[in-house]
Amino acid sequence: MRSRSYISIYFDDEVPLLEAVRILLDKKETISDVLSPFPVHGLDEALSMKRSRIPVGGFIFGALGAILAFGFQAWVFTVSYPLIIGGKPFFSVPTFIPITFEVTVLFAGLSMVAAFLIRSKLKPDIRFKPFDESITDDRFVILIDASDDRTAFDRVKSLLTGIHTLEIRH
Amino acid sequence: MLQSPLRTPLIEGSKTYRSITSDILNPMMNKAGKFWYMGMTIAGLAMLFGVFMIVWTVWQGIGTWGENRTVGWAFEITTFVWWIGIGHAGTFISAILLLFRQKWRNSINRSAEAMTIFAVICAALFPLIHLGRPLLTFFIFPYPNTRGLWVNFNSPLVWDVFAISTYFTISLVFWYVGLIPDIGTLRDKISKGLKKTIYNFLSFGWKGSARDWHRHEITSVMLAAIATPLVLSVHSIVSMDFASSIVPGWHTTIFPPYFVAGAIFSGFAMVQTLLIITRKAMGLEDFITESHVENMNKILIATGSIVALAYMTEMFMAWYSGVEYEHYAFMNRATGPYWWAYMIMICCNVVSSQLLWIKKLRKSLLFTFILSIVINIGMWFERFVIIVTSLHRDYLTSSWTMYKPTIVEFGLLIGTLGIFFTAFLLFIRIFPVISIFEVKSILKTGDEHIHKTDVSHEK
Repeated sequence: MRSRSYISIYFDDEVPLLEAVRILLDKKETISDVLSPFPVHGLDEALSMKRSRIPVGGFIFGALGAILAFGFQAWVFTVSYPLIIGGKPFFSVPTFIPITFEVTVLFAGLSMVAAFLIRSKLKPDIRFKPFDESITDDRFVILIDASDDRTAFDRVKSLLTGIHTLEIRH
Repeated sequence: MLQSPLRTPLIEGSKTYRSITSDILNPMMNKAGKFWYMGMTIAGLAMLFGVFMIVWTVWQGIGTWGENRTVGWAFEITTFVWWIGIGHAGTFISAILLLFRQKWRNSINRSAEAMTIFAVICAALFPLIHLGRPLLTFFIFPYPNTRGLWVNFNSPLVWDVFAISTYFTISLVFWYVGLIPDIGTLRDKISKGLKKTIYNFLSFGWKGSARDWHRHEITSVMLAAIATPLVLSVHSIVSMDFASSIVPGWHTTIFPPYFVAGAIFSGFAMVQTLLIITRKAMGLEDFITESHVENMNKILIATGSIVALAYMTEMFMAWYSGVEYEHYAFMNRATGPYWWAYMIMICCNVVSSQLLWIKKLRKSLLFTFILSIVINIGMWFERFVIIVTSLHRDYLTSSWTMYKPTIVEFGLLIGTLGIFFTAFLLFIRIFPVISIFEVKSILKTGDEHIHKTDVSHEK
């Protein structure tokens, strides 16, 4: 983040933040990122963010888990080591259901969490420096990339004159 | 964005985002009080006692317990099922109430989830030591071995292994995913030192970016969606440990829903016990309000009534089945040598929870606190009644016998209570007990006017 230069616009609440996002996008400014202490509702649509495909990944891995678990139990009881237990058939589908279900949930859950961490680039890192330490408390920030655009600062400032901003920094 | 002015706010006092952060973090960042050290000492001693009894059991063998050839399952399986049951409320609150958009859950989900994790750890100890040789626990997992043997996938005991380990794993990651943004808050509140480095490490580099929040929300909702059937499946599978046998008193189809209702019942009771203490000790009265306690009490009435209905259904079905063994098992349960356990179960679970229909009692914190402990005693006895009274007199009259627990078995129960409370006390000092970002998202100071009218309507 440090190598490029950003305009950061600070807010103390979600309402002016959302208004500012709408104005900036109307005037064709490109917003690099919006940082907030909690998920702001309506921001996803305002930024016209594409819906995450994490659930799709979860479904695929869940299905994989289901097939693996069911297939493994079926293979164990029909091919690898068929054993008569209480006179029941070797291939007894109902008794395979609970484990199949559990493994499905396990695979789906872990894969979605893994996808979330990887896509958001979240990993344990002791050298991590937050952009601003007040964001996780009560500050909302819009970041605009202004590395190649010297006029952006004044332009953004004039666009947001009617909005309750705390500070606009370059 | 709009909040209905007819509803009372979910948290009390006029809060800002900043004051929410400090109100939740200050009690855990300040020096721990006398109360905390006292609790820690008691819990620690209980834990040590339990560890000693575990070592004693493993060293001497399970002959140190009161179990005999007829009653092969008793105190330990009772306690195992009891802990698993307690572990159900956390995921119920965080998953099912999330799907039903019950926003009041935002103040209690974090601690309830932590409670789930600790309760499952305590529960998992029991099958382990019940094996007698805990070092051979890996036998219950299907792993390739030189004998070419696999585990018996037809057995509910094996399903249990999968259900509980999945439940534990999913609860743990669900809890941690919810913790990441709040650890970020903690990291930014601590100025420097080793603590900051550790929290920085644990926060996974959380930035609070809009895209990350989007993925975070989707992941949480999806985890809730898959954890909902999971939480129902776990206790159903635990109940099948009993229901799939032919022992009279166990062999009933009502067990899965009956056990799940009982689990949520006892789990909410434990949440009440813990939260009423925590809110007082940490000064979180504005976040965990009387209406939270009342809402949970309503769930207690609902699940308590389902449990009562299940007791009656069991009795009715035993009579209606026309099977004399079933007749005897249930007559013996209510009027046999363990009648006192049955009475404790009925009084603590059925009678006491029905008192919550009275609004005054439902809103009283002291009453709720006492009731929550009573319910958990009752729920322990429910499992004891189901397990011991069914086993001690079954088909073979020549094998009839009585079961009496030994000091070692009490030690194991006390020990797991010690582990549970030690873990919970450490948790409230290490991580925020209330989900900060979720509470902020329901504050809605954005619309000052509506927020103010809201407060004026409150009284």
